[in-house]
Amino acid sequence: MAKVVLVCGDDISTDVIYPGRYMATVLPSETPQFAFADNIEFNAKLRAGDVKPGSVIVAGKNFGCGSSREQAVSTLKGYDLIVVAQSFARIFLQNSINLGLRLVTAPGFAATEGDDVDIDEAEIQNRSTAATTPVVKMPAARKAIIDAGGLIPYTRQLMLERSGQR
Amino acid sequence: MAMTVVEKILARASGKPAVAVGDVVEPQVDLAMSHENAALVINQLQEIFAGTGREPRVWDPSKIAIIFDHRIPAETPKTATNQKKIREFVAAQGIARFHDIRGDLGGICHQVLPENGYVRPGAVVVGTDSHTTSHGALGAFAFGIGATEMASVWALGTAVNIEVPATIKVIVTGSFAPFVGAKDLILHLIGKLGANGATFKVLEFHGDAIKRMPMSGRLTLCNMAVEAGATSGIVPADQETLRYLRAEAGVRDLVDIVIPDERAQYESVVEVDATRFGPQIACPHTVDNVRDIAAVLGTKVDQIVIGSCTNGRLDDLEVAARLLRGRKVSHATRMLVFPASGRIYQQALEKGYIQDLVRAGAVVMNPGCGPCLGVHQGALGDNETALSTTNRNFKGRMGNPTASVYLCSPAVAAASALTGVISDPRKGA
Repeated sequence: MAKVVLVCGDDISTDVIYPGRYMATVLPSETPQFAFADNIEFNAKLRAGDVKPGSVIVAGKNFGCGSSREQAVSTLKGYDLIVVAQSFARIFLQNSINLGLRLVTAPGFAATEGDDVDIDEAEIQNRSTAATTPVVKMPAARKAIIDAGGLIPYTRQLMLERSGQR
Repeated sequence: MAMTVVEKILARASGKPAVAVGDVVEPQVDLAMSHENAALVINQLQEIFAGTGREPRVWDPSKIAIIFDHRIPAETPKTATNQKKIREFVAAQGIARFHDIRGDLGGICHQVLPENGYVRPGAVVVGTDSHTTSHGALGAFAFGIGATEMASVWALGTAVNIEVPATIKVIVTGSFAPFVGAKDLILHLIGKLGANGATFKVLEFHGDAIKRMPMSGRLTLCNMAVEAGATSGIVPADQETLRYLRAEAGVRDLVDIVIPDERAQYESVVEVDATRFGPQIACPHTVDNVRDIAAVLGTKVDQIVIGSCTNGRLDDLEVAARLLRGRKVSHATRMLVFPASGRIYQQALEKGYIQDLVRAGAVVMNPGCGPCLGVHQGALGDNETALSTTNRNFKGRMGNPTASVYLCSPAVAAASALTGVISDPRKGA
């Protein structure tokens, strides 16, 4: 079971998730402090450790649109958050797969802050409303990277295999 | 099998006779571009090599380009130190296509790459910048990726697990009215498709209005394809592509023209009549919140910005200079101009555009990304409003979450600079 800690609307851009003025900070170990920096209340909660790992952000369509900045993913990954959205923007989705941020695409899913949810591979259930919503399956090509533990180990393995063949 | 341009490019780059939508391929990368976020790419490359007993090494330094543009000159010691680390990496790896902070060779990556002939029709181009879609203007398949994905490209020379995207054919017919052009077209189209209307898809541009459109306009068009969620925009190479490559980009060697097959399969066809719309404005806080200028005429504007990878090219500065020559920027507003590259800055100097703009009261800044993404230069005050030729108007985009950003063409921005309110360039120009 996980708690919904933030509910936001459609088209949440990477400028909102990780404002451009903090882009000179790049290391995944340093980016979490600026998560949703312009949402002062939520940012303070995160930094104070008031949000449990595995907590859920619920969003509308096109979450993560805009800039390709990977900080928008590492900043959320730093708190082990899960994002459940109607849909995701392409680059954000790929970056999340590459870095191991868990995303759940569930069109029609609705929740309010404080709701408890259960997520598995096939569906997401909102315990507070008793509604169950199917989860869109991840294409196999993307799942291969997740199964490898992210793009860094995936690439390392490919690189070693290929240089071994030479 | 009949293929679209992107299908042909991916088939060639993956060593396959043909590909179809949904196939998973691993194309060879022809050009891999990064800007200041190369600092993170370098870190991730080191992670890939960690524990292998090898020194981090890029697969082919001649296919990598690094351009400083997001924070130039550096706004903080932290940025300056990142830039210093990247310089050291560039020297150690032998990366020649490196554009440092310079008035002659520097500028915004999405202008520096085309004007130096780095991008060719039929190429696979990846960049750690979402507006890498711009390079589809030259008939390349160009798309944005994250820093870790770029590190993977640097290590392998390929982009792994790429799904062949579906293509939407966009046919643009008719002629633009005076003071209406490529920026209005792409805003109109984004309004029509929605901010995620083309997610995981390619926009392939056709029609007589595209045939007549110069490369600068095609770059504007493809630049903002990502604002409809598209993986990429692409204009199949034609005479204008060749003209640009030969006359402006200094390309002398053979250029491979890739065009779609007549019977290529498109997911859908969108037709746009260029005669049917006037100046378009994207209103706060999403790029698909597009209205005809009539809906927002008279809106007070605190800051006007002309420039960026979308609209900082010579003809953009020309239209602004033409409207402002011998006139004054209203004292009710302020105007900032950012040419897209050092080369464009010099051309604008020679043609007198810079003088026209400065005499009118505009502040001409160094080429770079400037205030577009709220990093430095031209921040907005609380509850202020900007009118800008850049490409995004998300909440907080220009550095202040209480501010509002309207997006428009250079003609609208210049006409509005004269009045301090959103004004129609077709009236009183």
